[in-house]
Amino acid sequence: MSEPVISMRGVRAELGSRPVLRGIDLTVHRGEVVALLGANGSGKSTAVRSIIGQVPVAAGEIELFGTERRRFRDWARVGYVPQRTTAAGGVPATVTEVVSSGRLARARFGMLRRADHEAVRRALDLVGMADRAKDAVGALSGGQHQRVLIARALASEPELLIMDEPMAGVDLASQEVLAETLREQVGQGASVLLVLHELGPLEPLIDRAVVLRDGCVLHDGPPPKAVGQHALPGHDHVHPHAAHEAEPLRTGLLS
Amino acid sequence: MEILNYAFMQRALLAAVLVGITAPAIGIYLVQRRQALMGDGIGHVAMTGVGLGFLLSWSPVWMATLVSVLGAVLMELIRWYGKTRGDIALAMLFYGGMAGGVMFINLAPTGSNANLTSYLFGSLSTVSESDVTAICALAAFVVLVTLGLRRQLFAVSQDEEFARVTGLPVRALNLLTAVTAAVTVTVAMRVVGLLLVSALMVVPVAAAQQLSRSFAATFAIAVAIGVTVTIGGTVTSYYQDVPPGATIVLLTIGAFVLLTALATPLARRRARAAAAARPAADPAECTIPASRGAADEVGV
Repeated sequence: MSEPVISMRGVRAELGSRPVLRGIDLTVHRGEVVALLGANGSGKSTAVRSIIGQVPVAAGEIELFGTERRRFRDWARVGYVPQRTTAAGGVPATVTEVVSSGRLARARFGMLRRADHEAVRRALDLVGMADRAKDAVGALSGGQHQRVLIARALASEPELLIMDEPMAGVDLASQEVLAETLREQVGQGASVLLVLHELGPLEPLIDRAVVLRDGCVLHDGPPPKAVGQHALPGHDHVHPHAAHEAEPLRTGLLS
Repeated sequence: MEILNYAFMQRALLAAVLVGITAPAIGIYLVQRRQALMGDGIGHVAMTGVGLGFLLSWSPVWMATLVSVLGAVLMELIRWYGKTRGDIALAMLFYGGMAGGVMFINLAPTGSNANLTSYLFGSLSTVSESDVTAICALAAFVVLVTLGLRRQLFAVSQDEEFARVTGLPVRALNLLTAVTAAVTVTVAMRVVGLLLVSALMVVPVAAAQQLSRSFAATFAIAVAIGVTVTIGGTVTSYYQDVPPGATIVLLTIGAFVLLTALATPLARRRARAAAAARPAADPAECTIPASRGAADEVGV
């Protein structure tokens, strides 16, 4: 195995005073596709958010590309797709404007040059959204919005993709596009860490699965076989999401 | 244009234009972050600055800038570290700021509630030459930040978590937004007043959203609305002898209502165009496909 792109050792994290991660070990090697599985509340999202520094870590070590997370500065090598509900601003924005912000990691002083605009267009092409480039993101369906967020992560041409529930609430057609996009990225040597509820259409891509339960690693190895309802062909697991369009202005002083 | 013959009106109009540009320019990021009422909170805190300015015989504009910048930084810190009782802490900051202003101005030998009123609701005739100098310098700072860092501020205000992964200094940008909002409040204080300044940060942006689909267009339209209503309000208040702040705010709300009325048919036309552009393979009615496609055949 080659050098790890993500390495977590004995990571503990608390939200409030509740322990959410209780000593997690997780490694993603170069070129590997790792799925992080587990029930709601098992700590999947917290684990991912501790990697990107959004959740403070109480103990343990996290390294990205062999550098301690706190000293890691080369963020253009990392593409991140958050859960869709986190990304809804109070002002309209076009697909291009949102995807362009993913290119900032490579842009000097926030100035986008011609090469940067081309990279943004390529990223939109990859997810099949080039024809919607000038549309407002608020007018998109859930699946299309998810494709935009993935294009935003791809805009910096990252070597490592971290995705939090990319398939949640996404229609089958978009799921197929996402799986194809991911397949291309993996084919070009990208490493991927995915938080998933179930393996679904991504299963053939996944090299290894890490299953969490109550903030501990329960399983680390080949992906588990789906059973029961989840194993049925065409099973379409749709999660409810808060409506993100047409929301009123909120004071949100604390948000 | 006899209105331009008076030096005090020249100063007032210059200040009004700068307010019309700066308030929506920073306001758009506050609205994007869903902190639409942040400007109102800063306005309350700035009152303590005005009061202190009178008490210490300092320039009330510079003192208000100093105090509201400190207040805005404090609000950002409460947002980071504040847990569930953060809203209570903010309430104390806002009303403490207001009470402090009233107290200090009454303790000051030259101050009275009449002085305070001109800061609360704006007053054109009292915009002094040193006020204009201060307003120009502060407005230049606001324009520099809101335009020069627009991509960074857009990214942080749209999705803070993602912005962190692009390597942007998220905390520094949040602080800069808060400080810029505080500076804008003091720019606008002399013209629209502390209690009404937040309206000019929020309402032009809300009005512009009725017409636009992009952030860039929203920004441009909001600033255009801002400049129009501040000039319009200032001129009206000169001829009709009505308070400028109230006139400007009412004009802004009028612009919002007008644009909302205009936007409804526009939105309908856009929806029709989108429906026409949609391929025929995507029927509007509910139909069950004869055979389910390849997307259904999920590997088990």
